[in-house]
Amino acid sequence: MELGTENAKRHTLAVLVDNRPGVLARVSALISGRGYNIDSLSVAETMDPDVSLITLITTGTPRIISQIIKQLRKLINVVKVTDLAEVDHVERQLVMVRVKAVEPNRAEIMRLAQIFRATIIDVSLKTYTLEITGGQEKIRAALALLAEFGVEEQVSTGLTAISKGTMAPKNPKTIT
Amino acid sequence: MTTLSGAEILIECWKKEGVEVIFGYPGAATIDIHHHLATSSLKFVLCRHEQAAVHAAEGYSRSTGRPGVVLVTSGPGATNTVTGLAGANMDSVPVIVFSGQVSRMLIGNDAFQEVDIVGVTRGITKHNYLVFSTQELAQTIKEAFYVATSGRPGSVLVDLPKDVLSGRTEFIYPKKVFLRSYQPHLTPHPKQVSKVVSLLKKAKRPVIYAGGGVIAAGAGENLLTLAELLAIPVTATLMGLGGFPGTHPLFLGMLGMHGIYRANMAVQKADLILAVGARFDDRVTGLLTQFAKEADIIHIDVDTTSIHKNLEVDVPLVADARQALTAILEGLGPAPDYQKDSRAQWRELIEEWNRICPLAYEPGTDVDGLIKPQRVIEALYKATHGKAVIVTDVGQHQMWAAQYYLYDQPRQFITSGGLGVMGFGLPAALGVLVARPEATVINIAGDGSILMNIQELATCAQEGLPVKVAILNNGALGMVRQWQDLFYGRRYAATTLGPGPDFSQLAAAFGIKGLVARTEAETEAIISEALADPGPVIMDFKVSPRENVFPMVPAGRAIDEMILRPLELP
Repeated sequence: MELGTENAKRHTLAVLVDNRPGVLARVSALISGRGYNIDSLSVAETMDPDVSLITLITTGTPRIISQIIKQLRKLINVVKVTDLAEVDHVERQLVMVRVKAVEPNRAEIMRLAQIFRATIIDVSLKTYTLEITGGQEKIRAALALLAEFGVEEQVSTGLTAISKGTMAPKNPKTIT
Repeated sequence: MTTLSGAEILIECWKKEGVEVIFGYPGAATIDIHHHLATSSLKFVLCRHEQAAVHAAEGYSRSTGRPGVVLVTSGPGATNTVTGLAGANMDSVPVIVFSGQVSRMLIGNDAFQEVDIVGVTRGITKHNYLVFSTQELAQTIKEAFYVATSGRPGSVLVDLPKDVLSGRTEFIYPKKVFLRSYQPHLTPHPKQVSKVVSLLKKAKRPVIYAGGGVIAAGAGENLLTLAELLAIPVTATLMGLGGFPGTHPLFLGMLGMHGIYRANMAVQKADLILAVGARFDDRVTGLLTQFAKEADIIHIDVDTTSIHKNLEVDVPLVADARQALTAILEGLGPAPDYQKDSRAQWRELIEEWNRICPLAYEPGTDVDGLIKPQRVIEALYKATHGKAVIVTDVGQHQMWAAQYYLYDQPRQFITSGGLGVMGFGLPAALGVLVARPEATVINIAGDGSILMNIQELATCAQEGLPVKVAILNNGALGMVRQWQDLFYGRRYAATTLGPGPDFSQLAAAFGIKGLVARTEAETEAIISEALADPGPVIMDFKVSPRENVFPMVPAGRAIDEMILRPLELP
C-alpha cells in the first residue's frame, strides 16, 4: 500500500556531507538499500573544502521523502539535508548533444542553439555538438527540437541546485 | 618525543575507554596487537569462531550496557563478523569490531586475506572506519566508541591496516569528540511533553507498549513509576522483556505475533498507546492498517528515523526514553486521579480476556510420552526462582522462553530480536558470564540453533564459564515446521533433523557434563543437577515435536486475529 505513487512527487535534496572517501558510497548505498530511487545525482566540493554537496533528485510520496531525509540525516557523515521543494531555488543541468547537421539544416540548428543560448562546442562536416545549460524544462524542449534532426549521442550531468537569496520577491519569474 | 606503535596505541585507547575484555580470534594481520595485548592488563577471550566472538561481545554488552569489543583478523576473520554486526545494530547493542587489514599499499590488490570489509559492512553497521594513518588512530577509536554508545546505540567497525598498526606516533588521547554531523537528540521537546501529558490524563483505556529502548536508556524505574502512578497496563516487545517487572500485576506479557492474548487484545481496543523505545516492528504490529485503530499513539524514541517509519503516529517525542519519562512524570504532577473508574473497568476487561484465554498448554506428556517444551521452561523458572539470566537462540524455544519465564529485571533476557540469529545463544551466554561471573546463566536453545555455534563449548570449557545449556530437542527446525503445520499442508520440507547428535557425548568430548531428560520426572532432576554443578553443562530435553507456539498471529493478519490453540489435525 506504501507503493502507491498517487502522491509521488519529484524532490531535489541538497545533502551536505563530510568531504571524505566513501561518503558518496554511503549515501547511494542507503538509498538503494532501502529501495528508494535516485533520478539524478551530482557531487562537488563546496566553498568549505571539508564539505561536499550532493544534489540528489528522487521521487516519492511525502512519507517516503521524509523517511529518505531522516535516514540521510542519520548517516554519521551527513552534515545537513535540505529539501529544496520547500525552498525557492534554481536548478541547472548541463547536456552535451551531437546532432546530425547536414544541409539544409545547418543554419536552422544554429538558430535553435541561439534561441536556447546553447554553445556549439564541436563542428564536423556532418554534425554539430551543442552544450546546453538550463532547467529541466528548457533542456527537454531543446532536445525535443534537436531530435527532429537526428541525435547521434547525448550526455548529461546530474542536476544541481541553489536556493534563492532571501530578499528575492515572492514567486519571481525564473530567469532562464 | 616518546612514540608508541599503532598496536600499542590501540591498547592504550581501550584502557582509556574502560575496556576490560576483548573477544576475538587472531590472525596474521593482528598479530602485533596480540603481542602487546598478552602483557597488558586487558583480558582476551579466545572464541572458536569470529561470528561467535561478536555474539559473545553482544552478550557482554546486552547484560551490562557497556560496549562489547571484538578483535579479528583481516579477510575471513572480518567477514565472519558480518552477522553479529548486523544483529547488534538492529537490536541497538554497542559492539565495536576491530578488524585487521592488509597494509595500505596492498589495499585493492586482492592481497592474501584482503577484503573490503568497510564496503561489506557499510549498510549493516551504525558507522565504520578505515584508518588511514597511525596519527589518526586515537581520534578514530575515540569516535568509534562515542558513535557506538550514544544516541541509538549500534555496531561500529574499525578496519586497521597492518602498517598503520606498526607505524609509530606520539600518543594523545582526545578528551572529547565533536562531530558536527552527528549530534543525538536526547532532551524531549516541552511542547510535545505537554501533549503527551494531556493525552495521558484523558485516556480511559491506555496501554504502555515498551521496547528495548527502555532497557537501553535505563528507563525501567521511570516506567514503573509512571505505570503505577496512572495504573496503566504495560505490554512489552521481545526486546523489552525485563524493562518492566514480569510478575507485576500491571504487566500483560509480550505482544505481537506470539503475544499473550490479553496483551494483543488490549492494544487493539486501547484508546491510547504510549510506545516507549519501540519501533512498531512487523512482528509486533501485524497488519498495520488494523493496528490499534481506536488509539491515539504516542511514540517516544531516540531515533528520528523510527518515527512515522512504519506507522503514522499522533504525538512523536524524539528523546532518550529516561529523559522523556522523567519530563512526563514532572508534567503530570502529584495528583494522578485521572479517569480512575474507567481505568479500573479497563483493567477488569483485560483480566476478563485473560480468563477467557490465559497462556496455557495441554499439561502432561504427548502421546509418545515426550516432555512438553513449555514444561521445561516452567521447571527452569521454578528451579532458578525466576532469577537466572536467560539467553536464547532463535525459534520456538525462544518464544516459549519469552512467554513462560517471567523477567523482573532489565538485561535478564538476552535474545537476538531484530535479525533473529540462530547460533546466537551459546556464545552470547558465555559473554554474559564473562561480564557477570556470579550470575546463573542459562542458554535455552533448540537442537537446530545449538549446532550453529557448538564449537563455543571449547571456549566455555577452557575459560571455565559455567553456561547451562538447555536444549529443547524436538528433532526439527520447529518454527519453520510450525508454519508448515499451519499454512503449508504439513509438508515438512527441509525441517526434519532426525535423531541428531548425542548431545551428552558431544558435551563429554568437550570435557563438560552432559545430561539427558526423557521423561517429565527427569526434567526437574537434571535441572537441579546442572544448577548444582560448578561447570558448564548441557541438558538435552527430549521434547514433543508436536507442540507449537500459541497464540499465533498469521503473517499479514491483525494482531487480534490469533490462532489460539492447535488445529485439530487428522
